Amino acid sequence: MDDRVAEMRDDPAVDLVLDANALGGMLAGLFGADVTGCPGQCAHCHTVSMVGTMRAYTRGPGMVVRCPACAQVVLRVVQTPDATYVDASGVSWLRIAR
Amino acid sequence: MAIAWQLATVGSARDETPTVRSFTLDLPGWSGHRPGQHIDLRLTAEDGYSVERSYSIASEPERSGEVDITVERIEGGEVSPFLHQVVVTGDRLEVRGPIGGYFVWEAVLGGPLLLVAGGSGVVPLMAMVRHRARSGMAVPARLLFSSRTSDEIIYRDELDELAAAGDGFKVLHTLTREQPAGWSGFTRRIDEAMLAEALEPLGAATRAYACGPTALVEVVANALVRLGLPPDRIRTERFGPTGT
Repeated sequence: MDDRVAEMRDDPAVDLVLDANALGGMLAGLFGADVTGCPGQCAHCHTVSMVGTMRAYTRGPGMVVRCPACAQVVLRVVQTPDATYVDASGVSWLRIAR
Repeated sequence: MAIAWQLATVGSARDETPTVRSFTLDLPGWSGHRPGQHIDLRLTAEDGYSVERSYSIASEPERSGEVDITVERIEGGEVSPFLHQVVVTGDRLEVRGPIGGYFVWEAVLGGPLLLVAGGSGVVPLMAMVRHRARSGMAVPARLLFSSRTSDEIIYRDELDELAAAGDGFKVLHTLTREQPAGWSGFTRRIDEAMLAEALEPLGAATRAYACGPTALVEVVANALVRLGLPPDRIRTERFGPTGT
């Protein structure tokens, strides 16, 4: 990692974002399959993108997945000791191949 | 297909650089993977507290029943210092995978191939490079690899050997902090001019894969689009807190 990147890593806006590819294991626990290669549609701007290319914010109390086109929230997942809460109101549909 | 946790046994471990260590994990029931995929690793304390981290698979799928991961030690991290300082051969670790249907390359996809890595971002790209060599398909490929100093170049000897094979694979190094005497590689951060130089002999049909810290990947992806690569031929993997 070079120096400029090291500086940018201190910028929370840059440091926080990952590809949702990184959440593949956790999402597989929810959907029963690896969905990182599956297309899904953003309910806000209707862009269809592969789940693995969506933006993931993982450092908060929960996981937030945002649309790579419009940056609106597509999916929120919060895990507590008792349960997993899933808010998928930002996704119109997800295609999981059988 | 659900992805279940399974027990891996640490087969061997070796240092790649002063802060980066590779582990071979024996997984008798491993279903196989595609180059670029990762595993999740879970550590559970006696009181039930558990942490999960994602690690890219470094090894090629031609090896069966085992995978290599390469782990950078992050000071103050919960998992990587444990893996570096505590884990020894024979230890058992919980593993889930393979994971990732997007950041993958297989020889059947063809090339030419431009791989761009920053630091430990080279790990999933190494799985592609090793797979390419084992597949026997001489897909033209270049790895543009940014490290801070020569001591921190991960897989340096193996990359030199693979490049010396003369089958169309070339490595371009850049050292951003300190260069040894006589260094002939690049000496600056990856930028558009450097990417143009790497891309030029490969041509407009190149498939590009970039992996590293988020800021680096953003620079690379934007520059490659400006250089004329279609966005759907550029795949990215941003390294971040889940990799610590």
